[in-house]
Amino acid sequence: MSVFIDKNTKLVIQGITGRDGSFHAKQMMEYGTQVVAGVTPGKGGQKFEGTVPIFNTVADAVKATGANTSVIYVPPPFAADAIMEAAAAGVQLVVCITEGVPVLDMTKVYPFVKEKGVRLIGPNCPGLITPGESKVGIIPGRICAPGPVGVVSRSGTLTYEVVNALTKAGIGQSTCVGIGGDPINGTNFIDCLAAFEADPKTKAVAMMGEIGGTDEQEAATFIKEHMTKPVVGFIAGQTAPPGRRMGHAGAIISGSAGTAAEKIESFKAAGMGVAQRPVDFVELIKARLG
Amino acid sequence: MNIHEYQAKEILRGYGVNIPPGEVATTPAQAEAIATKYGTAVMVKAQVHAGGRGKAGGVKFCKTPADAKEKATAILGMQIKGLTVEKVLVTVAADIGSEAYVGIIVDRATKKPVFMVSAAGGIDIEQVAAETPEKILYVPVDVRYGLPTYDAMRMGFFLYDDVKLARAAGKIMQQLYAAFMASGCSLAEINPLVVTPQGELVAVDGKMVIDDNELDRLPAIAALRDESSEEPSEVDARNANLTFIKLDGNVGCVVNGAGLAMATMDLVKYYGGDPANFLDIGGSSNPEKVVYALRIITADPNVKAILFNIFGGITRTDDVANGIVTATKANPLKVPIVIRLTGTNEEIAMKILTENGFSASSDMDEAVQKAVALAKGGKAA
Repeated sequence: MSVFIDKNTKLVIQGITGRDGSFHAKQMMEYGTQVVAGVTPGKGGQKFEGTVPIFNTVADAVKATGANTSVIYVPPPFAADAIMEAAAAGVQLVVCITEGVPVLDMTKVYPFVKEKGVRLIGPNCPGLITPGESKVGIIPGRICAPGPVGVVSRSGTLTYEVVNALTKAGIGQSTCVGIGGDPINGTNFIDCLAAFEADPKTKAVAMMGEIGGTDEQEAATFIKEHMTKPVVGFIAGQTAPPGRRMGHAGAIISGSAGTAAEKIESFKAAGMGVAQRPVDFVELIKARLG
Repeated sequence: MNIHEYQAKEILRGYGVNIPPGEVATTPAQAEAIATKYGTAVMVKAQVHAGGRGKAGGVKFCKTPADAKEKATAILGMQIKGLTVEKVLVTVAADIGSEAYVGIIVDRATKKPVFMVSAAGGIDIEQVAAETPEKILYVPVDVRYGLPTYDAMRMGFFLYDDVKLARAAGKIMQQLYAAFMASGCSLAEINPLVVTPQGELVAVDGKMVIDDNELDRLPAIAALRDESSEEPSEVDARNANLTFIKLDGNVGCVVNGAGLAMATMDLVKYYGGDPANFLDIGGSSNPEKVVYALRIITADPNVKAILFNIFGGITRTDDVANGIVTATKANPLKVPIVIRLTGTNEEIAMKILTENGFSASSDMDEAVQKAVALAKGGKAA
């Protein structure tokens, strides 16, 4: 068992012939992910690395190969359309790695994928990995190991830092999910926490948040009310200057400033372990695994 | 990206919003000439990317052209929150009956643009939100349908009892929404929206923040960027595709990834130091970026030690190592450097650094402690 992806995941890669797409396609294939198709308009009928069939559209790819998951490496101006194309083609999970998608595009895409009943992860995210089974995205496979810890994070390299520390300490992961740092993303902390709570293999969760918004506070409330498994949290940006990313209006709408202090307070109030440094996850998780 | 008030007003005017006539002046004589042309009382308003312009003395009411010249003399060249005023907007002063706040932002929670309107305008809207939240109406918009008239009217009636005013306000909401969407905004505000004693609705101040991710496809909006009003080091960084924010400390940080960059700054603080900046070199492994990053950091005289923290995923740590060697050969460092590298091609990177006389570790906490100690003038632990 695992969360969102496993050895049965059949992946189609949108933008498989591009610079990033081709590089990571090979990495995912080496890791053992079932890459069943690629999509590049105009290159339908060709093969990637002599083995993976390329299609002009996601619909063609799904029809021919039974792909159930898509990962997107197309440039930002085309990413929103690529997400909708995948959702319309009938895959269950769409993972958008692309960074720099205009947020107003996401205001259109989000209701579209919701109505299709499709799970979107990202955009601007490192994707996810179920160690030993499948990797979708760009998380380096060699820093992960199979085990009992669910990892969910808003950032990329900070996730690697924590996962690497856990693996080095002999603590493996059930699934690691990078949900992305954009203001509007398809999957939030609560979606992942609920999935980890339901996953028999996951025994504890490591959660890395950031300043801005109220996602972490809402996650803390969810943890307090609905989770039986222990969760350890971390917030990046305790020293970040206020108001640099979003203007004041962002703070107003949530009724708060989304500061690190406020988020950490909500973690404590939910009875969570709080990591002050990334490396603190090791001892805090170890203690909770018993 | 921030744009100036006069630029935001120009955009809003293009969508039909009623805005008092105004022009930009860069000299007191120009300000006087504009005021003379209007032949009425004017406001002289500093054009800088900073809030609280009024409180800082950057917004003045002027009865006569001579008065406008005098006030412009005082405001031009003034410092507001560290930014020098290079331009003023000279605009016809509106008679103010009542002041309302109208704003629209992209909201994370509802994942939609959300209007915020309040009859308590003109002052700090954050204060209104904190103290009297019932005085603000929030209206989310489904972008697939736009802002329907009934929602626009609902906001109009929240602000005004009079149906004529409510209808006129509703129209302004729809104009503001059209401008917001077409200009790729993450925020657009009219504050205050004024009712004149004659019963006319006028937008006296306007503000827009543009989503940086929109700029490639909106060249006309991108051209509004005023680099003279930004921190020079942040302009250089952006041109090199780096994300950089200057801070007040003395440990210069170069990190890959925003989350890890913030976590690194936090760790500097945790060990008793102070970060000099936020700098994310991003995911690509281009040695050139490292060269630019070092140039920007070493230009800050406050920096007493430089800390590299690189977790190689897509980023190849040997590329970063090569960048460090290239940059420091061209411009030898005057301050100590602490390098932490781990991940992709770590062994090659370590070899490159050692051969060129650098030492590096793979432990983040160890590297941060060392950099903090060096910045304080002490010896490395």
